[in-house]
Amino acid sequence: MNIQKGSRLRNFHQAKWDEEVIFQLHTPGERGIIVSEADPEIQQEVGDGLSSLPSHLIRKEGPALPEVGQMRVLKHFLRLSQHTLGADLNIDIGQGTCTVKYNPKINEVFVRSPKASKLHPYQDQGTIQGALQIMHEMDLYFREISGMARFTFQPSSGSHAILVMASIMHKYHSLRGESHRDELITTIFSHPSDAAAAAVKGYKVITIFPDKNGFPDMDALKKAVSSRTAGLFITNPEDTGIFNPYIDEFTRIIHEAGGLCGYDQANANGILGVTRAKEAGFDMCFFNLHKTFASPHGCGGPAGGALGVTKGLESYLPVPLIDFKDGRYQLNWDLEHTIGKTRSFYGPFPVILRSYAWIRSLGEEGLKEVARIAVLNNNYILKNLTEIEGVESPFPGGKHRIEQVRYTWEKFHHQTGVDIHNVIFRMCDFGFHLWTSHHPYLVPEPCTIEPTESYSKAELDEYLDGLRHIAEEARTDPETVKSAPHRSVVHTIDESWFDDPQKWAITWRAFLKKHGEEFNKKA
Amino acid sequence: MTPKPNFVHPYIPNSAPANKEKMMQELGIKDISELYDDIPDRLRFKGKMNIPPAIASELELRKHMTGILNKNTSCEDNLSFLGSGCAQHYVPAICDEITGRAEFLTAYAGEPYEDHGRFQTLFEYESLMAELLDVDVVNVPTYDWGQAACSSIRMAGRITGRKEMLVSGTISPDRLMVIKNYCEPVMKIVVLEFSAETGQMNIEDLLKKTGSNTAGVYYENPSYLGFLEEEGSEIANIVHQSGGIVIVGVDPISLGVIAPPSQYGADITCGDIQGLGNHMYLGGSLGGFIGTRDEEKYVMEYAWRLFGIAKTSVEGEWGFGDVAYNRTSFGVREKGKEFVGTAAALYGISAAVYLSLMGPEGMKELGRLILQNGLYAQKKIASLPGVRLRFSSTNFKEFVVDFSSAGKSVAQINQALLAKGVFGGKDLSGEFPSLKNCALYCVTEMHSKPDIDTLVSAVSEILK
Repeated sequence: MNIQKGSRLRNFHQAKWDEEVIFQLHTPGERGIIVSEADPEIQQEVGDGLSSLPSHLIRKEGPALPEVGQMRVLKHFLRLSQHTLGADLNIDIGQGTCTVKYNPKINEVFVRSPKASKLHPYQDQGTIQGALQIMHEMDLYFREISGMARFTFQPSSGSHAILVMASIMHKYHSLRGESHRDELITTIFSHPSDAAAAAVKGYKVITIFPDKNGFPDMDALKKAVSSRTAGLFITNPEDTGIFNPYIDEFTRIIHEAGGLCGYDQANANGILGVTRAKEAGFDMCFFNLHKTFASPHGCGGPAGGALGVTKGLESYLPVPLIDFKDGRYQLNWDLEHTIGKTRSFYGPFPVILRSYAWIRSLGEEGLKEVARIAVLNNNYILKNLTEIEGVESPFPGGKHRIEQVRYTWEKFHHQTGVDIHNVIFRMCDFGFHLWTSHHPYLVPEPCTIEPTESYSKAELDEYLDGLRHIAEEARTDPETVKSAPHRSVVHTIDESWFDDPQKWAITWRAFLKKHGEEFNKKA
Repeated sequence: MTPKPNFVHPYIPNSAPANKEKMMQELGIKDISELYDDIPDRLRFKGKMNIPPAIASELELRKHMTGILNKNTSCEDNLSFLGSGCAQHYVPAICDEITGRAEFLTAYAGEPYEDHGRFQTLFEYESLMAELLDVDVVNVPTYDWGQAACSSIRMAGRITGRKEMLVSGTISPDRLMVIKNYCEPVMKIVVLEFSAETGQMNIEDLLKKTGSNTAGVYYENPSYLGFLEEEGSEIANIVHQSGGIVIVGVDPISLGVIAPPSQYGADITCGDIQGLGNHMYLGGSLGGFIGTRDEEKYVMEYAWRLFGIAKTSVEGEWGFGDVAYNRTSFGVREKGKEFVGTAAALYGISAAVYLSLMGPEGMKELGRLILQNGLYAQKKIASLPGVRLRFSSTNFKEFVVDFSSAGKSVAQINQALLAKGVFGGKDLSGEFPSLKNCALYCVTEMHSKPDIDTLVSAVSEILK
């Protein structure tokens, strides 16, 4: 199983501490931190505080949190961090659609500044001019990137931005007396939230599938539109990496039917400065700050959505916007048709701050170079990966792919009996991550690779070698691949625990209630 | 415009001409623009984006950013009494140490094998929160309290099949806007009346408005206005009798000393984890939690991710993974429960570290200290002429100060306080018509006696 010297692959093994669950470290009386005591004069004046509470509201038994000394708590979470393969340590190109790129460390310096971390949203606006300036200038930059007229950074993520687009669409139609428009059109290769967040706003979702070339089926779109059409939410390039060259025809058809068009730009990394929402005829669009704009993913957030609209929809945006007037940055709560709010306060400021610093570091020409190199890297992977026997990029449409490719390992699976999940779990053994696709798996045995601009040719080659090695191994020693992972933190997980209400345990206390007897017997 | 041939940026290794050249050669292209052949000319953006040129030098970038950030003056530079859903609490050093770890900061969506630590840590987050809330199920954090309340309300709508949610009149107005937008047009939000003297929910009004179409009630405890809602059990009885669900939003920092809502009838508990080991960030570092009993009818209605523990193929080894994935929109798109996506996991990790450090004793000591500091501040400020506490109920962490007989408006007082380096409480005049010239003050463990005395003497001087 070991790698021969001279290979670019590593004899990797992930850290494996056999670390307990925090509750197992409980030792009565240990303390992780000491809280200050009230000033003696305060104690004298108001007593113990507790007696001020109505007795029925006093907590009788304290929460059964573990009691653990400080260094042991530190060690516990440090070990768990070592059980996590962060992008900083990885050649993290295997999570397509998510644009996992370099998150510059200097940006963490800015985020840790008390001038950012210790700001309260309701401080006098004169005391947060720097923060407001950053958000206002981000608005200006995103207008340039998209061609839209106005941006808000209140959405907490891409999916949340979709909800905001659906909310604007809903309000727009209802103020025009067209509440009967209750159908939202999207495509199967757009993010699941393009469908799901629209459904939250009561929309019936119509999903367009690809034609034989891999472009969203225009005939299906024409059949789908009607007087009930509220609008279209569509990703472009789609999750296949194919750019829809008829995108402006799509928006024309929707507009003709009286609908609004929202552009999901989660996959914008390869098209920055190349093609924009405006020229494609969209009314709204959004970008993911934690993807394209380099804010770290944080194990699944904080995220950020930059949502832009045309002039005609500006008054529908969530409040407040940030204006620059009379030499001062100001919160503007006065929007005639505002949908209200979609998040408390003004948006995920640390995420916005990091993206601002990233844009400033790259500048106009740097953003274009990001796109160009992301596309170069992607097509380099595409060429090399499809040279592996049995691995293909489905759909003939498009000579190239933009920033990612959805591959199929179907033939490979038929040839070797090794499926894509086996490949994925074996990749863990080399310190790599690989992902399939969103559900449903329209492309069989899928994987999605998005190399971004962050990785060098040497690193791309190393990752490709991992896949080549596994492809070879699948033919010579398939059992090693099928029984992977071997060098990860844990071995094959019994998935039956996740869908059976009798068995699942979402917290430690639920685990003890359901499985405690068996667990304690063994312990 | 084609970049200068020598544009090499440290974030883009293949911007180095040698790398670029080799790769283009392998692809058989002379210019990267050939890879964009599929984008028709009419869709091409040919202009220059009006974005300033690169500040590629890290030192220059640092100077630029420091210049902008220095235009802010923070709650550390001043003495702040602002709360209203985002508050100063002490963040133990280890919280920052762990959330700054490259592995946690930059991980995303790895498998439960290579990201075992991410799954375990968030499972522990759920478990620690469950102890604090006294519930058996807690989700991986969503965006914020607002989203948690929205999802809780929609869960109740789905479980009961009813369309109307009663909402307390003293919840955060900001949050009420979020809820109204999220529920329109699927559920109707009906706001309940509250007592002008105590702030308590008007039980008569609740009785009157509760009916066969009522999916449930949502209220907050402590309320947005800082007082404790005392009739939790009675509220629950009324709503349960009509087949509704009780949802309570709670400040988790109170739960070392105050009974968790599940102990007075809440079926769903929700709130925000900002105070549990997370800095304020202009209100940008929020994370929403939802907690319930471990009943299938509740668990299957969660929209957000739930991580569970499981056996592995090796005896004695534990793995983790997604519970009931096919209830989510990741699994089944629009047929899933609402939607799910990237939210606020890192803040959950910070909260896990925080609760592990605090333990039961720490949470109790903290709750007591906040009560004591708050009581002292209330007593002192209410002793000023023309200044009184607006509500007669018991408060935790925040309280409403009524300046309407003080001769100056809250806006004037806050401006004068600002000149003295004090951020006064949030002006409620715009948010609640009945609370004109009232301000919401927040006092936590961060405040010392001299801090509170400074506030009181500053207000006293201003009102002279």
